[in-house]
Amino acid sequence: MAKITYIEHNGKSHTINVANGLTVMEGAIQNDIPGIDADCGGSMACATCHVYVKEEWFARINKKTEGEDDMLDQAHEPKKNSRLSCQISVSDEIDGLVVNLPEKQV
Amino acid sequence: MIKTDALIIGAGPTGLFTAHQLKLIGLDCEIVDNLNKIGGQCIELYPDKPIYDIPAIPECTGEELTKNLIDQLKPFNIKFHLNERVDEVKKNNDNWEVKTNKGTVFITPNIIIAGGVGSFEPRKFAPKECEKLENKSIFYSVKDKAIFKGKTVSIFGGGDSALDWAIELSKDSKINLIHRRDEFRAAKLTVEKMNKLAKDGKINLFTKYQLKSIKTSEKLESIDIEHENKEIKNIKTDFALGFFGLIMQLGPIANWGLNLDKKTISVDTEKFETNQKGIYAVGDICTYPGKLKLILSGFHEGALAARACFKLARPNEKYRFEFTTSSKTIKSRLGIKGD
Repeated sequence: MAKITYIEHNGKSHTINVANGLTVMEGAIQNDIPGIDADCGGSMACATCHVYVKEEWFARINKKTEGEDDMLDQAHEPKKNSRLSCQISVSDEIDGLVVNLPEKQV
Repeated sequence: MIKTDALIIGAGPTGLFTAHQLKLIGLDCEIVDNLNKIGGQCIELYPDKPIYDIPAIPECTGEELTKNLIDQLKPFNIKFHLNERVDEVKKNNDNWEVKTNKGTVFITPNIIIAGGVGSFEPRKFAPKECEKLENKSIFYSVKDKAIFKGKTVSIFGGGDSALDWAIELSKDSKINLIHRRDEFRAAKLTVEKMNKLAKDGKINLFTKYQLKSIKTSEKLESIDIEHENKEIKNIKTDFALGFFGLIMQLGPIANWGLNLDKKTISVDTEKFETNQKGIYAVGDICTYPGKLKLILSGFHEGALAARACFKLARPNEKYRFEFTTSSKTIKSRLGIKGD
């Protein structure tokens, strides 16, 4: 289990417990966090679960796999610390993770 | 004006199989899709990705699945209206009147929305002021390349469309190619070709840059691009082209008075009918308790919605359930001779 904080673009913050084995995207969808669409359902075929990961966390979460950056090219305002939240897996090690949500997904 | 028993919106796997089911039970249908090709998400998002959970097909790609579904429709003559988006729906006595963005009008008792996660639209530049110059100095696709001749064109993106156009337009225009990172997802040969043109000074390449803002009078004058390290460069340019792939939007369907749950449409599980009589939703776009976003669920939903259409399309006939293995009527519809 990991406590994950999702900060909406307007600054509103949501902290929830997400079970190990889920993804950061699934944690958001299951808890109705606004700002993450996940149109493709987690198959890395869209860029609508885009998040910005705080610098100190970026190196601690699992690395990008092949194809993730290709999808991020198609996200709204991608930055250096952009990730697809469907590709970040939840485990005890990322307890306390903070992600910021972009202004919009589509 | 086109009269049909059922209009299907969306030519993805669910829409295609729903058409098959309608034709089997003796109804006609036509299909509208905003994309320029058949296949929906299977073709647009993952043509090469293998799918492992289609019943009786151990493994196939999105492209193969689409091809097989089209083959399955071969006995039937189904009219596709590609590159068209359904815009308006209104009641016309016992029918629905449906109008597309190209002005095609359908009259039908049944509308089956098999729209996946909505219609595909190009991802646009983030700065809001870009909207005003859209289709004037700022484009997301190229319709007439002659307008770029002798001009400066700034192309954004790292995929095949961005690089193909950078290479093509570099023959007669001054090209800036701007991409957010230094890797390109375009085909290897295309990337090599582009790199050679960049080395020869035919393309000015800016990597790790993105569009920050634009400067305009009546038309585009220059753009500010920002490096990952926040450094800003101003570039004079006549045109800006963005190729950031496609996004999916529910679009005009959102305004049809249907009960929505986020980006999906609520339906019952008997007919997959929405809160409007004669309008059904099947596949990824529909929702109900227990909904699974699987292709096989879309097939099931389409089969049931097709039977529901029968009642409204043939109010004076009784629908009779038949198997394809034994029904002579169905075999003749499929063009199979003998028994």
